[in-house]
Amino acid sequence: MTEKKHHTAHHGKKKGEADKEWEPKIVGFLCNWCSYAGADLCGVSRFQYPTNIRLVRVMCSTRVSPHLVLEVFEAGADGILIGGCHLNDCHYMTGNFHTEKRVNLMKKLLREAGIDEGRLRLEWVSASEGEKFSKVVTEFTEEIQKLGQSKVHADDMVKAKVAAADDASETFRLKALVGKEFNLLDKGNAYGDKLDPEKFRGIIDAATEDEFERALILELARIRPMSVKQLGMVMDTPTDRILRHIVLLRQNSKIAMEHPEGFTPVYKTVAIGGEQ
Amino acid sequence: MPENTNTEKEKPRIGVFICHCGSNIGGFVDVKAVTEYASTLPDVAYATDNLYTCAEDGLNNIKESIKEHNLNRVVVSSCTPRTHAPLFQRTCEAAGVNKYMFTFVNIREHCSWVHMKQKEKATQKAKDLVRMGVARARFLEPQEETKVDVTPVALVVGGGVSGMTAALSLANMGFPVHLVEKEKALGGFVKNLHGLMMTTKSANETIKPLIDKVDAHKNITQHLSSHLASVEGFIGNYDVSIGGDGAEAKDVKVGTIIVATGAVPLVPEGLFGYKEHPNIITSTEFEELCNKKELPKLKSVAFIQCAGARGQKVSYCSRICCNVAIKSAISIAENRDNMLGVTEEEGGVVEEPVAEKKAEDEGLDRRRRRRGRGRREEGEAGEESAPSSGVDITVFNRDVMAYGVENELEFNKAREKRVKFIRYVPDNLPKVSVKDGKLEVEYFHETLKMERTMPVDMVILSTPLVAQPDAATLSQLLKVPLGQEGFFQEAHVKLRPVDFATDGVYVCGTCRGPADIAEAVYQAAAAASRAAIPLANGFVQAEALTSRVDETKCTGCGTCVEVCPYGALRKSEEGISEVIAAACKGCGCCGATCPEGAITMTHYTDLQLLAEAKAALEEV
Repeated sequence: MTEKKHHTAHHGKKKGEADKEWEPKIVGFLCNWCSYAGADLCGVSRFQYPTNIRLVRVMCSTRVSPHLVLEVFEAGADGILIGGCHLNDCHYMTGNFHTEKRVNLMKKLLREAGIDEGRLRLEWVSASEGEKFSKVVTEFTEEIQKLGQSKVHADDMVKAKVAAADDASETFRLKALVGKEFNLLDKGNAYGDKLDPEKFRGIIDAATEDEFERALILELARIRPMSVKQLGMVMDTPTDRILRHIVLLRQNSKIAMEHPEGFTPVYKTVAIGGEQ
Repeated sequence: MPENTNTEKEKPRIGVFICHCGSNIGGFVDVKAVTEYASTLPDVAYATDNLYTCAEDGLNNIKESIKEHNLNRVVVSSCTPRTHAPLFQRTCEAAGVNKYMFTFVNIREHCSWVHMKQKEKATQKAKDLVRMGVARARFLEPQEETKVDVTPVALVVGGGVSGMTAALSLANMGFPVHLVEKEKALGGFVKNLHGLMMTTKSANETIKPLIDKVDAHKNITQHLSSHLASVEGFIGNYDVSIGGDGAEAKDVKVGTIIVATGAVPLVPEGLFGYKEHPNIITSTEFEELCNKKELPKLKSVAFIQCAGARGQKVSYCSRICCNVAIKSAISIAENRDNMLGVTEEEGGVVEEPVAEKKAEDEGLDRRRRRRGRGRREEGEAGEESAPSSGVDITVFNRDVMAYGVENELEFNKAREKRVKFIRYVPDNLPKVSVKDGKLEVEYFHETLKMERTMPVDMVILSTPLVAQPDAATLSQLLKVPLGQEGFFQEAHVKLRPVDFATDGVYVCGTCRGPADIAEAVYQAAAAASRAAIPLANGFVQAEALTSRVDETKCTGCGTCVEVCPYGALRKSEEGISEVIAAACKGCGCCGATCPEGAITMTHYTDLQLLAEAKAALEEV
């Protein structure tokens, strides 16, 4: 799914920003050993690139959880770059293989949330690829320029969807599935059987859709109590699916009926712990 | 060193030091403006700029400011942490600030040097980067580096040449060594061989001095007919249970472990008529026959190289087989120790007359002159006079890998002995067939472009060394990886060839891949010296930046244990995960994986990383 055409720089500005051209805000998570060193070499070699990217150093790209990425999108990032060592060159041996699997999940969740997956980019940049780093950043910045400004601050539904994607990425089911993906596909299970990657992806994709829809129901019903029909309309999802999710969410005490409207129950997300 | 004075609970008082780096930063970024901006950021108690923060007056400035402004966090905004972080961290520590209360902001490599023509935008970016660093600094926590004691005892698994060499090296350094061998005698693969390269001594004579030294060494405890039953722990502190055949398991405590379990020859099932005739044998079986003095009468022998290797059953070149075939060919040609089962009455053993040798040499010279550089290409059958033993020897090969100085000389020697080297291509393998109880090799002669048939008395298949069938069990016990071909995989193919990525476990010899005896010996010596470092130090420095498990959140699903490449997580007796600090390298994979969000990566917490990343997005 791609985003609807964005407003050009002259439309949709907030008050007080009239004279300020929109500039993409890009966050890069780089691993200490390869990509960060590649960015250093890029600087040492004076390869120039646009000023939009802000880099955050992590020890390994494997540290970059879907939650980190999706929450930064939720905070309004226009693009996020993840940089790691080339496969088989990871300082921590298998870290970037896990990164690859997690990025698949992040992209799937972004698609679910209606965010162009091109806003997230995974690149392998070695410590000797300074020039490549400048090319990657230049290219990515241009791409984000084309995709336009993130709408999380302008559109509540977009924000709710990104928040739902973030919540979905934190569910036990998705984290466990994606966490085990590399080992199950590449090393095999306890019996040494390797799973069919296509089949496993299918399982993850289906789980992602379910978890995203549930997270979105919770997100929307937290803001405003809604009936199954209303949720179906807002989410553009068949009501039987919504109902199935609601049944499960009720079982887990995550959602409860707030009041009936005639014969139609209206649901509200149950606040947990410190939540409102 | 003064005691670290800050505490977690203290309100952050952040000092920001912004470096001009001469004109490296100052020439492209308005450092004064960035400094002014930094002083307005929350929790910043002091902000200043330095011409060179890393110079002595810059470092003194940091130290004095920490005291003067009672700073408990320091942000240096200059070049790259990859080169300068340790320097500034030491400065912080000297002034009583824990080194993990320090944040580095890179405004040179990641800003001034890459935006040299956009001073305004570069200045804005530098402000953003400093804001990010300050946001991170607010959430920093002091960390302690701990030392872990090491049990000064080593364990060597495998009593072959490499295992014995490693054990002996460590024992000679004064460390007690447990040597575990699964067979009932030391000597490994080599003890079953007959002859070796470049020596007329038998294999057993060659390794006997090594075995004797191991037997006699007071520091070495041998565990024969034994295997590792269980291994618990981490570098410096392994609890190993050694199981014997029928015997009760013995528990030992060791600090480091060397894996030297060797390899086994491939059994070439279904290849080149193996098992279809008693005289189609592998090179290992040939050695055994020689040892038992049961070699049949022979007039002609064919070796087939790469039998099962290089794309047939395994992908790799087994490195030693060409040299082994050359060795065996020479010993057959010389009928060394009367190895051939031919009696004098039958006229088998032929003394090498001087005249014949001269004729041979002339023949060789003539042939070399004629063939020029094509020497290694192939030899023509039946053209030259027979070797001194009278046996016709042919080596069918894809190409002869007689690498190095000595091996090349042996190769030349074999040629001088009239051993014929005939090439084949992988698409057209030689075929071995049995006709009326006699062996024949059909092959395509690449030079003559003709199908040829060679009747032979014996076919020796040079099969590759392959991984031990139980390598996977040991790899799981020790939590060290196997490569694609089932051999143990070292930490780095070039720079750390005898280390595993897991600290405290080392590898040598043919369990890492085929190697000859000399190679196994120097790998073993190298592994022993690597394994001795923690033993000699008596301690290992545990990484301060390790993952941490929140016991209240962990449900014991074990996903983190599966993904950790270092075996640094294990299930505690309560069934929840615990981090072995001495084994953790701090990559953070478990933290990003944990389905319950129970694992935090120290110094790279979600809180810190999100504060830093989100600060990048703030409108100023």
